[in-house]
Amino acid sequence: MELMDYPKVYLYRRIVKAKLFIDDNYADAIELDHIADEAFFSKYHFIRLFKKAYGKTPHQYLTYVRIEKSKLLLKEEMAISEVCYAVGFDSISSFTGLFKRVVGQTPSAYQQSWISKQLEIKTTPLKHIPNCFAEMNGWTKKSNFQEV
Amino acid sequence: MITRLNHVSIFVLDQDSAYDFYVNKLGFKVHTDAPMGPGARWLTVTPPEQPELEIALMAISEGMMFTKESAEGMRKLVAGGTFGFGVFECNDLLATYEELKAKGVKFTKAPTQEFYGFEALFKDDSGNWFSLGQKGK
Repeated sequence: MELMDYPKVYLYRRIVKAKLFIDDNYADAIELDHIADEAFFSKYHFIRLFKKAYGKTPHQYLTYVRIEKSKLLLKEEMAISEVCYAVGFDSISSFTGLFKRVVGQTPSAYQQSWISKQLEIKTTPLKHIPNCFAEMNGWTKKSNFQEV
Repeated sequence: MITRLNHVSIFVLDQDSAYDFYVNKLGFKVHTDAPMGPGARWLTVTPPEQPELEIALMAISEGMMFTKESAEGMRKLVAGGTFGFGVFECNDLLATYEELKAKGVKFTKAPTQEFYGFEALFKDDSGNWFSLGQKGK
């Protein structure tokens, strides 16, 4: 059976559109009811199809995107208070609480461990590269990776 | 007893472009991005739900691994679609196909129910091809 034989391809396109809308607008106050309306679904039907496609409800997916984006901003060394509002949360305590529950670390600890890892990669990159790959590329301990 | 695979390498024509493809189009996470001297970079990405599997996006350049001639030959082979590197998995193939297509990913086979499973084929920005299957189907 080929793609065009699937009778509900148009439904998938609407679900994908809703997902991409969340990807693009996660920083705003998104009303999931509004997305369901835009996609011409009843709320219940929309949640069911979205979860089937992505393994998460739209609300869970929005939270996931916000947390993932916040990780990227923390890696760019943005202040935690700025990260919180930049990804669509409206209170620092709800952001830090949710972040810790999902990631297992506070935003601050996550940021610090990322900074430490980057410093280590910069000073001793070979600790992060399996030796077979390093040797294959001629990256040895005697190299300083600045003047190679 | 071998228990797991934790690193695999894919040769790419351009690491910047591959970064954009794997991270911004496929949605993979950057694991390590380390400059290794002029023109050299160790870049690994992981599938979103498989953070322990690092996929090294390896540049094809003259050096320890390739002579000038073999690098040229390898680039032609990659660009020509010689190499298929594996099978990726998603929760819902039709939705993933529609999403990746909307992001500009080129499919060489639309989702098709075969006797061995439900699959589509796509190429990365270099020419490497992959099968995309649906979990449990």
